[in-house]
Amino acid sequence: MHPDLSGTQVALVDLLDRLLAGGVVLSGDLIISIAGVDLVRVSLRALITSTEHELR
Amino acid sequence: MTGTAVYLYAVACGPDRPVPEGLTGVSGTPVLTVEHAGLTAIVSSVPLAEYGADALRDKLDDLVWLERTARAHHAVVVAVAQVAATAPVRLTTIFHDCRQVAGLLDDRGGQIRQALARVAGHAEWGVKVYGDSRRPSPEPEPITAGSPGTAYLRQRNRQRRGAEQAARQLAAHTGRIHDTLAARATAVHTHRPQDPRLSGHSGIMLSNTAYLVADRECAGFTAAAEQLGAAVTGVEVEVAGPWPAYSFATLQDP
Repeated sequence: MHPDLSGTQVALVDLLDRLLAGGVVLSGDLIISIAGVDLVRVSLRALITSTEHELR
Repeated sequence: MTGTAVYLYAVACGPDRPVPEGLTGVSGTPVLTVEHAGLTAIVSSVPLAEYGADALRDKLDDLVWLERTARAHHAVVVAVAQVAATAPVRLTTIFHDCRQVAGLLDDRGGQIRQALARVAGHAEWGVKVYGDSRRPSPEPEPITAGSPGTAYLRQRNRQRRGAEQAARQLAAHTGRIHDTLAARATAVHTHRPQDPRLSGHSGIMLSNTAYLVADRECAGFTAAAEQLGAAVTGVEVEVAGPWPAYSFATLQDP
């Protein structure tokens, strides 16, 4: 991987696409908590609400 | 609630010290490694008061907190992915202690190694295709013959057929762009098109795709994407990357 991305601010929505729907998913007794599908819905709702708020 | 837990960012091929000096994590504490079974887990200590299961449910509704955490998580993954093959872990994966993280590397080591082998020497590129909203719609033809009612219906039909044809054309363009880029990629993952309120783009997002591209192919891939964007009328192609291989670091069933 090249280091190009580290210096620039990536779009939050692109980041959440990957961090909430991608990545290695681990489950089991070892784990206290993990972001799930519900989380995607929750966070996107929060994002949309905040965007609408800004537009108002 | 008092005490701390262990936040897991990623697992890297190791143990080659993949964490730069001075790197801090989601709660400002130093990023550490758990080296076990030939793998390196990238972790940091987090307070349970913020990252315990109950606290987390509230925090995840807080957009400011979510953004700060997501960006801090991402910064750690990017730093590690620059020096070692890295499988990022999903946001807010939290363990009681480092012993449990080592246990995970034992239990799931085989699957994690497979994921690492898949993404090693590769980066993820995001490509979004938008229908260009600035493209003018065809002029309606003037109403000429027949009763006003017939003429109106005829015109409505013509407009509908025009819109359907335009949509088919855009879908065909999108498919061609995808086929060309997929031929240069090792793997493809389709994300849902983003809501226009989130993408911040006036056009309609036709596709939102992640491509796993070998490092040596990156220049050719981005050049091809830009060239397609310029060559195909009516669409705009947006390329973002390189990303750590978030969309491709998935564990297959053993």
